[in-house]
Amino acid sequence: MTNRVSYTLESTLESVNQVEQKASEVAARAGLAEDEQYQVAMAVREAAVNAVLHGNAYDPRKRFMVAYETTSDALVITITDQGKGLDPGSLPDCLAPENLMKGSGRGIFLIRAFMDEVKIRNTNPGTEITLIKHTGRSAAKAKEETQ
Amino acid sequence: MSMKATNRQVDGVSIVDMSGRITLGEGSVVLRDTIRDLIGKGEKKILLNLGDVTYIDSSGIGELVSAFTAVRREGGELKLLKLTKKVHDLLQITKLCTVFDIKDDEAAAIKSFTK
Repeated sequence: MTNRVSYTLESTLESVNQVEQKASEVAARAGLAEDEQYQVAMAVREAAVNAVLHGNAYDPRKRFMVAYETTSDALVITITDQGKGLDPGSLPDCLAPENLMKGSGRGIFLIRAFMDEVKIRNTNPGTEITLIKHTGRSAAKAKEETQ
Repeated sequence: MSMKATNRQVDGVSIVDMSGRITLGEGSVVLRDTIRDLIGKGEKKILLNLGDVTYIDSSGIGELVSAFTAVRREGGELKLLKLTKKVHDLLQITKLCTVFDIKDDEAAAIKSFTK
């Protein structure tokens, strides 16, 4: 069975906090452990910050959309903004020595670290980022494969 | 929960007790202003007590890095005290554990500053 709920939000930090809180609730309902709920909420927060700050640049005329979908084996969260678009290939490696002491540029890295799958798509204009966390049997299988 | 920072002096070290969330917006600004104020007063030994910091996002991590760089640029030292597991894990995966001097014990941290 699939449950899907979506929201359209203003480009504000208040919206970011709401989106993070909702992600935490959805992750808990999906049966994820507490540390995984934290990881999902943080990944969603980082993606929402990117949408508001880098995508929509706090433009009050622009909105961002968040969809939370729970399937039998995964939690899928999609965040779409109306910004200029993001080229994932252009993102610098934040672990490289020359970037280690930079004050920004770690958001997408943390999202990838905390989620099982991350897809970034340029929607011209705008960026769509899909975050996937496996749940239930598929999560156990994914963990087995990494061991 | 918003962020709170209070300062105290122990044996010539400025200890900043922080609590709450260091995230984009209020938390990061409080940290930035606190460090700027201490640098402005000529403080060279700064110990950030993060024991009650419940959450840091990538913006907060960036602010810690900027604070470290700003203090070092003035010839000072900035160290971190009492990280929670979540914050420690974040600094580990971002390889910043290799950059920051991280302490668990306040007395030992104070002694570790250059005389």
